[in-house]
Amino acid sequence: MPSVVSKQYSDDVSLLVLLLDTNPLFWSTTSITFSQFLSHVLAFLNAVLGLNQLNQVVVIATGYSSCDYIYDSSLTSNHGNLESNGTGMPALFGSLLKKLEDFVTKDEELSREEVSEDRIPSCLLSGSLSMALCYIQRVFRSGHLHPQPRILCLQGSPDGPEQYVAVMNSIFSAQRLMVPIDSCYIGVQNSAFLQQASYITGGVHHTPKQLDGLFQYLTTIFATDLHSRSFVQLPKPIGVDFRASCFCHKKTIDMGYICSVCLSIFCEHHKKCSTCGSVFGQSKLDDASSVSDKKRKAPST
Amino acid sequence: MSMEKRVKYKSSVKDRGTLGSLKISEVMLLFVPNDPKSDLKLKVQTHNIKSQKYTKQGSNKPPWLNLTNKQGRSHIFEFENYPDMHACRDFITKALAKCDEESNKSVVSTPSEQLSMAEFELRFKLLRENSELQKLHKQFVESKVLTEDEFWSTRKKLLGKYSIRKSKQQMGLKSMMVSGIKPSSDGRTNRVTFTLTSEIIFQIFAEKPAVRQAFIDYVPKKMTEKDFWTKYFRAEYLYSTKNTAEAAEDEELAVFLKPDEILAREARQKMRRVDPTLDMDADQGDDYTHLMDHGIQRDGTNDAVEPQNDQHRRSLLQDLNRHAAVVLEGRCIDVESEETRIVAEALTRAKQVSKANQERLERMSRAAEMEDLQAPQNFPLAPLSIKDPRDYFESQQGNVLSEPRGARASKRNVYEAYGLLKESILEIRMTGLSDPLVKPEVSFEVFSSLTRTISTAKNIIGKNPRESFLDRLPKSTKDEVIHHWTSIQELLRHFWSSYPITTTYLNTKVAKLKDAMSNTYSLLDAMKQSVQSDLRHQVSLLVRSMQQALDAAFQHYESDLQRRTAKIA
Repeated sequence: MPSVVSKQYSDDVSLLVLLLDTNPLFWSTTSITFSQFLSHVLAFLNAVLGLNQLNQVVVIATGYSSCDYIYDSSLTSNHGNLESNGTGMPALFGSLLKKLEDFVTKDEELSREEVSEDRIPSCLLSGSLSMALCYIQRVFRSGHLHPQPRILCLQGSPDGPEQYVAVMNSIFSAQRLMVPIDSCYIGVQNSAFLQQASYITGGVHHTPKQLDGLFQYLTTIFATDLHSRSFVQLPKPIGVDFRASCFCHKKTIDMGYICSVCLSIFCEHHKKCSTCGSVFGQSKLDDASSVSDKKRKAPST
Repeated sequence: MSMEKRVKYKSSVKDRGTLGSLKISEVMLLFVPNDPKSDLKLKVQTHNIKSQKYTKQGSNKPPWLNLTNKQGRSHIFEFENYPDMHACRDFITKALAKCDEESNKSVVSTPSEQLSMAEFELRFKLLRENSELQKLHKQFVESKVLTEDEFWSTRKKLLGKYSIRKSKQQMGLKSMMVSGIKPSSDGRTNRVTFTLTSEIIFQIFAEKPAVRQAFIDYVPKKMTEKDFWTKYFRAEYLYSTKNTAEAAEDEELAVFLKPDEILAREARQKMRRVDPTLDMDADQGDDYTHLMDHGIQRDGTNDAVEPQNDQHRRSLLQDLNRHAAVVLEGRCIDVESEETRIVAEALTRAKQVSKANQERLERMSRAAEMEDLQAPQNFPLAPLSIKDPRDYFESQQGNVLSEPRGARASKRNVYEAYGLLKESILEIRMTGLSDPLVKPEVSFEVFSSLTRTISTAKNIIGKNPRESFLDRLPKSTKDEVIHHWTSIQELLRHFWSSYPITTTYLNTKVAKLKDAMSNTYSLLDAMKQSVQSDLRHQVSLLVRSMQQALDAAFQHYESDLQRRTAKIA
């Protein structure tokens, strides 16, 4: 294997970290089956690797209760003599699928152990974002010559408001690292987290209408490397949903109370901020009944 | 209404009186004498009149009306007959009564507005300069929705900043040297004339402390100010014409020509005060009054030999340096008086104060320690308490409310779902990627829809992502929209700050604000209708957010009103 130093890194070498949504509760309710979805995605990955010899791809699976790395194109153990027993799958992705299967099994066990909470069937976006950022940070520290990293989030599950704080923290770290987060949302409702993520970090957000043409969407919009984005026109969203969720109950709110020290958001009046511990002053309201008057747009009360 | 009568004006009882005509109106009395050459024209404002006295009809005296004004002067008017006088008197009484009433009214209605003229001027100026502010002011204060006080109470920062800015700057000193003042000489006689202004006096006093001291000593004991300055300028003139020998004989002139003792003393003190950590080598040679120079005199001539009267020699360099030092120091006193003596004394005092300060600084610098020459200190350390971030996240998890929401994840569903997922993966491993991956017509559809999205977005948002929609509106609409927005902000600010309502004043204020807001609401609707059809959608989006804010305010008002009436009932 020739030494890495001799490689020439041009402007359009990219490292794509793909966050794949494997939330079973979502996949059991969609029109497109998971296998069709996977074939679109795997073809897309192939295309990205084909754009430039030095491109790298990392795939992280976002499960219901856990996340894990399932594919890294820079590892040499990929190319092996797996899967040569008459299956239709190209050998390149044999290990990916194997790892994915193992991951799903593990995730199942974990979710069985978990107490069945009545929470929104969301995937663990905050976990996979953090893992992606850690990998990218390692790449940054490996030296001058490295491809330009970006994150692509393929998700269909709705947002879990309990992950608001962690997701916002990851988004701001990505902004600091100057890593754009692209997002392709294939679910039914709108995802505020993904919109905010793409808006803040300068990535592209798109909601494909026709899921059987997913491969076309992926290659047209999300395969562009960062250098080419300065002269390629990509679809821009008209507006961004900037709603936050409150820190105490994780409900999505429009109007609330904010701690002036640490800017944590609460939906009702508290005596003390739970994040930074600062004590709030006397409320200027007359009596408790006016508090309920001031609550606005509390969802489903 | 006004009245005009023929009268004779007398400034006192004994005066014979000048014939003229008196014109009285509600605000003013005007007396014009018949004789155009006489200059007795009189104009008195009605509210200046304090009282009036008149002669009785039955008595033998002619009909006089005596008006006293507030300053104590009295004007006597002699009328032609009594009815005239009575009519005038009644008129003046009525006018006076009205004046009083008005002044009382104005006093009563503004008990809290103790505004100075300066503040009024400031407000007026701000309004004049900022047309937007003026529009808002006109809209709200003049239609009595908000009072002046309320309007300006949220803009204290504007007022404060402006007034501070005015007084911050200080006038500096001129950089032209005093010695550059050339006298004007009369070609015919042997006189030269120096002009002296207070600026020049200030500069002379600042640059030459010996002259200042001499002034304090000699004036007014020994000579007048004029004499003093005459002597001073004589000395200067003699020096410039190199007649120092003659000057040395006169004792006072000698004072002006000697090297300045006070200055030398100050310079020596400054030298001693130089902090040794800055310059260990400071010595007498650093005194700028003793610089080695080229011997160039003030008027540019070069002096090769001038042994006698050496003590009276001052070189250009010394003068320049001294002048520069004074200019850089600036005006150290605030006295604006014209009185020369006051200026001189103030300068002396300033110097003494600065000397006292210097002593204090000196003591402080001696007491200050030099850190690198001291022994290392071991402060007791306080341990850092960094909390484990995991605690925070775990506490957040514990706060999650359990609420039934959307699809419940029951155990059986989860199990089934996982099963389906695993099946899918197995399937793809068996069959491989689907072939064809994407149907051509689907692909084509995707392409065209994407192209449409991107190009329409370009048309709506514009090529430049920073360009806002507002710039594409016609100017009048844009101004209107922006004006509505600022006025709504102003109204809402006052509205929300009046809650909770505790006094009747707030109650009326809120009612007035609500009316103004409903007004604006209907204006917004009208504007929405009047805009062109292709822009209507975007404008309605803009207007919608404004209307939503107003709706929230209305809602709150209604609910609060209901609550209060329910409480009372």
